[in-house]
Amino acid sequence: MLNTLRLHYFLRGCVSMKDKKTLFHYHLMLSPGILMLFVFSIIPMLGIVMAFQNVIPGKKIWKQEWIGWDNFAFMLQIPDIKQVVLNTVLIASMKIAAGIIIPVVFALLLHEVQVRWFKRTVQTIVYLPHFMSWVILAGIMVNILSLDGIVNQIAGLFGMEPVMFLASNTWFRHIVVWSDVWKEFGFGTIVYLAALTGINPSLYEAAEIDGASRLKKLQYITLPGIMPTIILLTTLSLGNVLNAGFDQIFNLYNPLVYSSGDIIDTYVYRLGLVQMQYGLATAVGLLKSVVAILLIAISYRLAYKFANYRIF
Amino acid sequence: MVRSRTLTSQLADGIILLVLVIIALTSLYPLWYTIALSFSDQAAANAGQVTIWPSGFNLTSYRIILDDEKFFRAFGVSIKRVLIGGALNFLLTVIMAYPLSRSAKQFPGRNIYMWLLVFCMLFSGGLIPLYITITTLGMQNTIWSLVLPGAVPIFNVILIMNFFRSLPKELDEAAVVDGAGPWYSLLRIYIPLSVPAMATVTLFSIVGHWNSFFDGLIYMSKPQNYPLQTYIQQLVVNITPDLMKEMTTEQLIELMKASNKTLNAAKLMVAMIPILLIYPFLQRYFVHGIVLGSVKE
Repeated sequence: MLNTLRLHYFLRGCVSMKDKKTLFHYHLMLSPGILMLFVFSIIPMLGIVMAFQNVIPGKKIWKQEWIGWDNFAFMLQIPDIKQVVLNTVLIASMKIAAGIIIPVVFALLLHEVQVRWFKRTVQTIVYLPHFMSWVILAGIMVNILSLDGIVNQIAGLFGMEPVMFLASNTWFRHIVVWSDVWKEFGFGTIVYLAALTGINPSLYEAAEIDGASRLKKLQYITLPGIMPTIILLTTLSLGNVLNAGFDQIFNLYNPLVYSSGDIIDTYVYRLGLVQMQYGLATAVGLLKSVVAILLIAISYRLAYKFANYRIF
Repeated sequence: MVRSRTLTSQLADGIILLVLVIIALTSLYPLWYTIALSFSDQAAANAGQVTIWPSGFNLTSYRIILDDEKFFRAFGVSIKRVLIGGALNFLLTVIMAYPLSRSAKQFPGRNIYMWLLVFCMLFSGGLIPLYITITTLGMQNTIWSLVLPGAVPIFNVILIMNFFRSLPKELDEAAVVDGAGPWYSLLRIYIPLSVPAMATVTLFSIVGHWNSFFDGLIYMSKPQNYPLQTYIQQLVVNITPDLMKEMTTEQLIELMKASNKTLNAAKLMVAMIPILLIYPFLQRYFVHGIVLGSVKE
C-alpha cells in the first residue's frame, strides 16, 4: 500500500517535471514570433506619442516638443479633410455593397449550372484577377481607359467623344468601385458556393414533388439557405468602412482626381512621407485606427450575436 | 404541362449560361487585351488598332525586356523576397500555431499570447511610426525591411491553430504517453496531418510577397533595390519627366520604337507569369483554405 502510494507520488513528480519542460518548449516555440511582433508592432505603437508632438524629422523622439492635442485641433481645420473622409466612406461603402450583391447573384447563377466542366472553367477565369497585384491591374486599367484605349474606341463607335477617365472626377469613383468588383467578385463567390452546396438536397426533392417552380425553390430554399452566410459577411464588412483600398487608389489616382478619389490612407502617406509632417500624419492615422478598431469590435459583436461567429 | 415547364426551364438554363459566358469573357478580356498589346507594333497600338488580336505581330517588347538589366535585377529581388519571406512566414506560422492550439489548461499563459496576437492584428501604430522604426533600425535598402515587418502572418497563425485544434486529440495524447515531446509531436503528427492547410497559407503568403510594392517603394531609396512590383509601379503608373531624363538617347530611341504602351504591357505580362505558374496549385487548395477559416469547435 505504502509502496503504491510512493510510486504514485514518484510518477506525479515525473509528470510535473515533464510538464515544466513541455511548457518551456511552448514558450520557446512562441519566442521568435513574439520578438518579431514586439519589434515591428509594439514598438511602432509607442511611436503614437508623435501624434502629441511637434515632430521635427531627424531629432530623437524623446527630445521632441510636446504640444498636447494641437495636431488633432489642426487636423480638423484642414479644408481637405472633410472631403477625404467623405471619399473614404463613400468609396468603401459602395465597394461593400457591390462586394456582397454581385458575388451572391453570381454564385446563384453558377449554382444553377449542371455542366461540371463549364462551371469549373468559369470559376478558373473569374478567380484569377484576385491573385494579381493592384500594380498590374492598375497598369492594365490605364491601358484600357487611355484616350486611344479600347473603352474609348468602343465609345467612339457610338459617336461619343473620347474621355480621359482617370483624370475625370465624375468617373473616378466608378472606376475604383468597378475595377474592385472585377478583381474580387469571383473570389467572393467561393464562400457562397460553399454555403449553397451545404443546403440539404432532400429539401429540393420535396419541393419538386410538391410542384414548386425554380423561382419558388430559389425563394423558399436557396435564399434562406445562404442567408446566414450573407448576414455574417455583411456584419463583418462593417469593419471595412474606413478601408477604401490604399493599394488600388494609390496606383490609379493622380492630382487631378484628388477631390473625388483621395482617401485617408493616401492622404496620410502624402502628409507623412512626402511632406514629412510626421506628427500630423501620425495623428490622422491614429484617429483612423481607433475608429477602425471600434468598428471591428462592433462588427464582431454583431456577427457573434446574429451568426454565432467567433474567430477563435 | 410538364413539357412546357421543361421548355421554360431549358430557356432559363440557356440564358444563365449565356450570362455566365459574357461575365467570364468580360473579366478575362482586360488580361487578353494586355497580351495582344504586348505583341503589337507600337504604331498600331498608339493608333488604337488593337482590339482582340495583336496588330502587326512582333516580339520587340519582349526582346527589350530580355536586355533590360534593371528589370531582371528587380525580378531577382522579388524572387529573393518570396523565398526568404515565404519560408519565414511558414516557419513562424507552424511554431506559433502549435503551442497556441493547446488549451489554457495544458498551457497556462496561452490566452495572454493569444490576446497579444489579436491586439497586434487589429491595432497598429500606423504608417509613420513603422517607417521610423525601420529606418532607425537601419534596415532601408536591405531585403529585411521587406520580409521582417510581416514575418508573423497573424491571421494564418489563427487559421492553422484552429486547424490543429480540429485534429483528434487522441493522436497527440498517445504520442505524449509514448514519450514524445512537443517538437516531436509537431513535426511527426501535426505537420504531416495538415499539409493541405499549410500549402494553402504558404501559397497565399507567397502571392502576397510577390504582389506587394509599397514597402519596396518607401524603404528602398535606391532603384536597384526595388522588387519587381515597385519597379513596374514606378514605370507604368508614374512616368515622370525625371525618369526620362535619366535615360540615354539609345534607350529613348528604343523606347519609342516599342512605344511605352506595348513595352509596359509586356512587362506586366512577365510580372504575371509567376502567379500564373502557381495558379493551378492555388486553385487546388484555396477553396479548402477558405472553408478552413470556419473550422471551429
